[in-house]
Amino acid sequence: MDWFPLYNSIRIAAVSTVLVFFLGIFAAHFIAGLPRLVKGVLDVVLTLPLVLPPTVVGWLLLLALGPRRPLGGWLLDAFGLRLTMTWQSGVFAAVAVSFPLMYRTARGAFESFDRTLAQAGRTLGLSNSYIFWRIQMPVCRQGILAGTVLAFARALGEYGATSMLAGYTPGRTATVSTTVYQLWRTGQDALALRWVLVNLGISAAVLLAVNLLERKEGRVWP
Amino acid sequence: MALTVRIQRRYGGFLLDADFTAEDGEALALLGASGCGKSVTLKCIAGIDRPDAGRIELDGRVLFDGAAGINLPPQRRRVGVLFQNYALFPNMTVEQNVAVCLGRLDRRQRRQRTGELLALLRLEGQRDLYPRQLSGGQQQRTALARILAAEPRALLLDEPFSALDSFLKWQLEQELREVLDRFPGPVLWVSHDRGEVYRNCRRVCVLEGGRSSPAAEMRELMADPVTVSAARLSGCRNCVPVRPGPGPGLAEVPDWGLTLRTASPWREGTAFLGIRADRVHPAEPGESNAFPCRVVRAAEDVAFMLAALRPEGVGEGAPLLYMELAKDAWAALPDHGRILAAVRPEDLMLLRDC
Repeated sequence: MDWFPLYNSIRIAAVSTVLVFFLGIFAAHFIAGLPRLVKGVLDVVLTLPLVLPPTVVGWLLLLALGPRRPLGGWLLDAFGLRLTMTWQSGVFAAVAVSFPLMYRTARGAFESFDRTLAQAGRTLGLSNSYIFWRIQMPVCRQGILAGTVLAFARALGEYGATSMLAGYTPGRTATVSTTVYQLWRTGQDALALRWVLVNLGISAAVLLAVNLLERKEGRVWP
Repeated sequence: MALTVRIQRRYGGFLLDADFTAEDGEALALLGASGCGKSVTLKCIAGIDRPDAGRIELDGRVLFDGAAGINLPPQRRRVGVLFQNYALFPNMTVEQNVAVCLGRLDRRQRRQRTGELLALLRLEGQRDLYPRQLSGGQQQRTALARILAAEPRALLLDEPFSALDSFLKWQLEQELREVLDRFPGPVLWVSHDRGEVYRNCRRVCVLEGGRSSPAAEMRELMADPVTVSAARLSGCRNCVPVRPGPGPGLAEVPDWGLTLRTASPWREGTAFLGIRADRVHPAEPGESNAFPCRVVRAAEDVAFMLAALRPEGVGEGAPLLYMELAKDAWAALPDHGRILAAVRPEDLMLLRDC
C-alpha cells in the first residue's frame, strides 16, 4: 500500500492549519474593532466559504490562480510558479475552506472576552501586544483550540475544492479523500475501505487528543 | 500636586460635564446615582475612553487636552484603577498578577518587590492561587497589590464594594483605608452609597445627570444640602417643587396645596423643598406646619415604620409625603388611616434645582 496520500493529506492540513490559525485570529481581532456596518459586510464575505459548496470555492479560486488567469498567469510567467495541480494548491483550497471555522470560533471567543481585563492591563502599563498574547489568548484558549481543531479536521477531509485545484496525480497531489474517490471509481473497494479506516482512525485520534488536552488544562487553571 | 479634571463627553443624548480637583493625599468622593456618568468619568481619566473636549492634569502633567490634541495612552498616564469586578487576570496566580506589572525591574528585584506587596496586603498564603479560588476581599487586595506594583500617581476606585456582601463591607473598608492612608497621591472614590463615602471621604463631588457640582465638605453636604440632587443623595426622601409664599418666611407647595412656614430665608434660585422622612411627625397640639393626610401605604422596616402619606384634598398624581416613625410611636397613633402630620419650620430645606 502506497502511503503517500496520507503523508500528503497531513502535510496539506498541517500547513493550512498554521496559516488559518494566524489568519483567522488576525481577522477576528481586526474585525472586532470596526464600525458595525463594515463588520457586518466583512463578516458575510469571510464566512461565505463555509456555506458555499466546495466546488464553487474551487471554481472561484481557479478564477484567480489558474494558469491563464491574471494572478496565476503572471506568477507562472514571471517566476515559473505554478499554483494549480501541485500539492501547494491543496493548501490554497484547504485554507479557503477551513478559514471561516477558525475565524468564527475565534471571533466568538474574543466577543465573550471581558474587556475590562484588557483595560486593566493598559492602565497597569502592559503593552497591547502583551495583553493580546498573554492575557486575551490564554483566556480565550478554549475557543481558539476548538477553532484550530475544527479547521484541521476540515482541511484533512477537504475534497471538492482540492480536486479542482490540485487534481488527482498519484504520488504528487493525491490526498486521502481524493484517493478514496479514485479507488471507488475504479472499483477497488477493498483498498478504498482501508483508506476509509485510516481516515476514521485519524479523526478519532484528533478528537480524543482535544478531549484529553482540555481535561488536563482544567486541572491546572481552575 | 493634584488631579484636575475638566471634561465634556457626549454620548447618545447624554452630556457629561465634569469639573473637579482631587488634592494629594485626599480621597475625593464622586457620588451619584447609577447612569449619571461616574464610570465614563473614570474611564476618561484612565485613558480608556476619550472626552470630546477639556483637560485632565495629574501632578502638572497633561494627560488629555482636547484643544492641544494631547491624549496620552493609558500605559503612560500612571493612573491606577480598581475596577468594579477587580479585573484580575484569570490565567495568572496571585503572584503572577502582581509580578506582571513589575516588568521594568530585573528578576531578583521583581521577586523581592512582589514579596513585599503580597506581605503588605496579607496575601502570602494565597500566592499560588488563581483569582477564582479567592474570596471577594482577597480578590480586592490582589487588585490593590497589582495597582501598587505599577506605582500610579493617582488612584481611581470604581464602586469598590459593589461586588461584595454588605456584611463584609465594613471590615474591608478599614483594610482599604489602611492602604489609601499610605498612598501619597490623590484618590477618587466613585460610589452611589452615601454611607460608604461619608465614612471614607472628607470631600464630595456630586454628579447628577452628567453634571458635577463643586466639591463640598461631606458633613456640610449631608447636614445642609443646597441642591435637590445633593439632598436626595443625603437620604432626603421628600423633594417637591416650591415657590415663595404670600409673606416672608412662607413657602407654597402647589402639589400639596399647602403654605408652610420656613425658618431659613428664601434663597435665590430655590425651586424645591426638601423634607427628611424622619422629620415628619404626628402634629402636637398647636403646631404651626400641620396638615391632615391620608395614609396610602405603611411598611414596616427593620428599625422603624415607613408611611406614605397624601395630604387631604390632593389628587392621585401628586407626590407622596414619606414619614419615618418609631414603631412604638406608630402603634400609639389613634388612627392608622388618617394622620395630622407636621414638619417644624427649621426642618424644611430650601433647595436649588440640580
